Amino acid sequence: MAWFHFPTFILDELERLQREIDRAFGAWPLTIREAAGIPLFPAINVGRTKENVVIYVFIPGVDPNKLKLTLEQGVLTIAGERGTWEKQENETVHARERFAGAFKRTLSLPDDLDPDRVEARYRDGILTIVIGRKAHMLPRRITVQ
Amino acid sequence: MSERTIPARSEPNVSTVGGAEAPTILPRVDVIEDEEGITVLADLPGVPKEALEVRIEGETLSIEGDIRLDLPSELEPLIVEVRAPRYSRHFRLSRELDPHAIEAKFSDGVVRLRIPKVKQAQARRIEIQTS
Repeated sequence: MAWFHFPTFILDELERLQREIDRAFGAWPLTIREAAGIPLFPAINVGRTKENVVIYVFIPGVDPNKLKLTLEQGVLTIAGERGTWEKQENETVHARERFAGAFKRTLSLPDDLDPDRVEARYRDGILTIVIGRKAHMLPRRITVQ
Repeated sequence: MSERTIPARSEPNVSTVGGAEAPTILPRVDVIEDEEGITVLADLPGVPKEALEVRIEGETLSIEGDIRLDLPSELEPLIVEVRAPRYSRHFRLSRELDPHAIEAKFSDGVVRLRIPKVKQAQARRIEIQTS
């Protein structure tokens, strides 16, 4: 189950370790939006099958109807706002780690997407977006004359 | 002065599953205290209700859950920011909290716990004597 059980996981994990080491020593540049060192919200996993690109957005506690999704030239943008609570006078706040406020994330996706075949659903705090891939972009064998 | 009633510290971000150390995610929490008790909000996106475990063992409160995604077969990963399949976080409860009266709600990946204080702990104003 879950992300760990991809067949490519082992290689992926080695790459991740290398990346973490690089990052620890400052060799791996953060993306421009990670510049502040604040963990990105929402976290995102993306995978691809022969037919689709599947995006899993880890975005708990939001109203899915208020999320704004756009797909333009292979760039997916997810924007919205997660409500928060106000500290009352009689309250003491011991931890406030959960993300609150407005967010916007932008992802560059593979360039073979079919913008007419997009589905999105929200369940258990995960927004799953499935985008079809254009058939003609699938690998073709080229015959050498 | 007032006792610290809050979960003082969380365990290291590693849990043991099947004898091997499997990486877990430390869920982010908000902890708010008022006169009657403590409210804990925790983010566990991807965990369905049946895969959430909220437990009290002794004075330890555990919030754990397995991420269950609909993964198509032959999914090739392109971007992987969430790397572990499980959330795990532990808190120590102080004695004035009532572990038997905890209420839990869970919706859209957010757990809300309400841990009331035991009755005699609620009103505990101490008169300061002046000499």
